[in-house]
Amino acid sequence: MLDHLRFREDEPAGAPAVTVDAFLTQTNAAAVRIEPGDDARSLLPFLEQLRLVEVNFPSFGDGRGYSSARILREAGYQGELRAVGDVLVDQLSHMRRCGFDSFLPEKPFDPEDAQAALNRWPEVYQATGDGRQPIWAKRHPANERD
Amino acid sequence: MYRYDQYDQAMVDTRVAEFRDQTRRRLEGKLTEDQFKPLRLQNGLYLQLHAYMLRVAVPYGTLNSAQMHVLANIADKYDRGYGHFTTRQNIQYNWIKLEDAPDILADLAAVEMHAIQTSGNCIRNISSDQFAGAAGDELIDPRPYAELLRQWSSFHPEFLTLPRKFKICVIASETDRAAMKLHDIGIRIVKNAAGEIGAAFYVGGGMGRTPMIAPLIRDFVPLDQLITYSEACLRVYNRYGRRDNKYKARIKILVHELGKEEYTRQVEEEFAHLLTQGIEPPIAELERIKAHFTDPAFDQGASDDLDLSDPAFALWVARNTVAHKQPGYVIANISLKPVGGIPGDASAAQIHLMADLAKEYSFDELRVTHAQNIVLPHVKKADLHTLWQKLDAAGLGAANLDTVEDIIACPGLDYCSLANARSIPVAQKISQRFAANGKTGELGELKLKISGCINACGHHHAGHIGILGVDKKGLENYQLLLGGCEGDDTSLGKITGPGFTEDGIVDAVEKATEVYLAERAEGERFLDTYRRIGMEKFKEAIYA
Repeated sequence: MLDHLRFREDEPAGAPAVTVDAFLTQTNAAAVRIEPGDDARSLLPFLEQLRLVEVNFPSFGDGRGYSSARILREAGYQGELRAVGDVLVDQLSHMRRCGFDSFLPEKPFDPEDAQAALNRWPEVYQATGDGRQPIWAKRHPANERD
Repeated sequence: MYRYDQYDQAMVDTRVAEFRDQTRRRLEGKLTEDQFKPLRLQNGLYLQLHAYMLRVAVPYGTLNSAQMHVLANIADKYDRGYGHFTTRQNIQYNWIKLEDAPDILADLAAVEMHAIQTSGNCIRNISSDQFAGAAGDELIDPRPYAELLRQWSSFHPEFLTLPRKFKICVIASETDRAAMKLHDIGIRIVKNAAGEIGAAFYVGGGMGRTPMIAPLIRDFVPLDQLITYSEACLRVYNRYGRRDNKYKARIKILVHELGKEEYTRQVEEEFAHLLTQGIEPPIAELERIKAHFTDPAFDQGASDDLDLSDPAFALWVARNTVAHKQPGYVIANISLKPVGGIPGDASAAQIHLMADLAKEYSFDELRVTHAQNIVLPHVKKADLHTLWQKLDAAGLGAANLDTVEDIIACPGLDYCSLANARSIPVAQKISQRFAANGKTGELGELKLKISGCINACGHHHAGHIGILGVDKKGLENYQLLLGGCEGDDTSLGKITGPGFTEDGIVDAVEKATEVYLAERAEGERFLDTYRRIGMEKFKEAIYA
């Protein structure tokens, strides 16, 4: 079973993640954990020092963490973005699209199911900043646009 | 109409494979029911009182005859020979087996259809004007914008676990035939002072237990920013919509609690940021989609003559047809409200017939309306009598569009696990009552809408006469509302007073119509009279 799924080459951050409140009052930490009610934008002034942002999903049905992830990536965050908590295989491809590159689920994934979920979508309709070319871009290659 | 290219086809095919795999894992016990529920909901599968219900999307209510035939085949093969057309321009089947669902989705995908996001806390099927592309009063066909939004909202990874369901409607005419301001986002395509086409955004409308009319939050979004602006509206909602109470989770509550100004400010801030992110499809994509919605090859010399010597035909023409933008053509409405019938239901044979008639007489196109009827949008007047005869012979000739018999009703306690009371028998009794007393015609336009619980799927808030079924100490009880309206002058109905039994509500409706007939001024509809004279006289008569 897969306890931790990670799509990065670098060494994981060593220190445990601190809460957003703690991070904002002792700003030397390199790892922080966002809860659904936290404002991801409060971290934007400190992105350079961050190596790990954990986004907690206390319940898989609470989708605020998807927006938090995109906001961080849109602001240029390059470090590890890890989904933790009630993370399920059927959410993996959507989470990847929102910028997550690391997954630490409460209950380990079945490796086959995880692989199938990650490889599921050959095409995507939206541009989400994950580097994938949306269908509309394939329909209208850049040199034909304007 | 829109046709899939290899990309669109790949998306629905992938979805079928994904759901087949998810269903297998559920049946093997690898997924709990709690984990599986949002997955099946986003494929249109609800667990109702007796079986699974499957809701199939009809994007912006438009479909062709091949698709309509498949809907009939599904009714025969997997259901009990019926389909139920819904207030969101979709179709539902009430007797589905979970094991069959992946095969049904595969049958749908073969004709460019799906059940994607027809349920669940996500962006639902985009609805639109059922007369789009045919109405004389439209600025432009709204469906290309709806299709652009359909593709953007399908599997949007950020917005699949919203606080609650999210409904978008796009119209492009002065007359609102789609209850646009009662949607989470209502978009009206408009022309600005410079003559450019853009979109006005109304956000935070809805029915349910707290009905709200959406306020205008921006009067003009340029077409090359439509997706970006929508994404900004959704992101603010996904981040800040309430998740502590499911009954306060719709965007209308967020807009109401923040205030329209503060919500708008947050959207504008997010919009300014998202404009830098390159998420908007190029205008060329909108142009590509638009090319699918050109006018059919109308006969330019078609005659406007119509032989109305047959009185039954003349009545149907007067009540069920609407002027077309093209001379020599009309928009023909097929009422799925036969007297004593189940509103919105059609048998497989009727669905097949409507498909054949669309192919023969309406350039292979049909529409589903939010009033649970079917439209043949482009019928030549010269064909109208033959068409009507064929409809009438199949029990589809009811001449009662927009009358008191043209009732919107939810499935109610006969099917739905949320309902407090039955809706269908009340609708049946009311249409029978008015067919028997012969007042349907005299009453003219009278929109009557019935919901079997406070969730308002039957749009009771927006009925000129609305009926809400409630549970009163274990007994079904019906409240009466007056004065709702879904159109341009959107208003919400008010409760008259104490509720009624099933038979009592039928009497109360009849008494309300008698007040109207006694009080009306020249040219007034029921709604106009109510607005002029107010509730009091109606109450006196109803509770006398």
